[in-house]
Amino acid sequence: MTLATLHSVLIVALIVVGCFFLTVGTIGLLRFPNVYNRMHATSKPTTLGTAAIFFAAFVEFGPGNAGLTSLLGIFFLFLTVPTGAHMIARAAQRMGVPFMEGVTWPEPSDDDSEE
Amino acid sequence: MTEGADPAFVTLTVRAGLVVVAALCVLCAYRAIAGPTVPDRVVAIDAIVTNVVAIAVLFALLTGRSLFVTGALVLAIIGFITTVSVAKFVTEGEVIE
Repeated sequence: MTLATLHSVLIVALIVVGCFFLTVGTIGLLRFPNVYNRMHATSKPTTLGTAAIFFAAFVEFGPGNAGLTSLLGIFFLFLTVPTGAHMIARAAQRMGVPFMEGVTWPEPSDDDSEE
Repeated sequence: MTEGADPAFVTLTVRAGLVVVAALCVLCAYRAIAGPTVPDRVVAIDAIVTNVVAIAVLFALLTGRSLFVTGALVLAIIGFITTVSVAKFVTEGEVIE
């Protein structure tokens, strides 16, 4: 197996992993019963899948121009997607979207004091 | 890499990935339309934006044009700003006070 073949096989494997995680996230978004559960389903597997596809782009384009942009994209996704999910969760809780049974939220006093 | 064209199975995989991720966008659009509450729709649109980022990167892999990776990064930034502004608008009624 030559080096070019290994390069191609690595790209194919990363794309397959990325598509798998994106599919898992979408199934969770469609099937889970609650906003908070759907947020759990979309934020983590979707981030992993897109990061795998970005990493395939890094393998393809090399550590030069576009590969560095791909690594920056992975870093940006891991930074922003949990932040956005956290903000949507707080917005849903303040709107009064009901929880499932047995789920509690931290006390609203320290939640209000940060704003 | 500065080598020539990729072998055929890489191109085939990238095309199949494009079809799969586009179908996932359509499936997320169901939740964005039929979601019972507003945060459901925001979560679904956020998932669609992440899928479109993946589509842009796959298109960069297919055509070999590295500009689409930069476009994917810009799409990710716009999606984050959209999510944060909608969350703030829903809770406080205004985005920038």
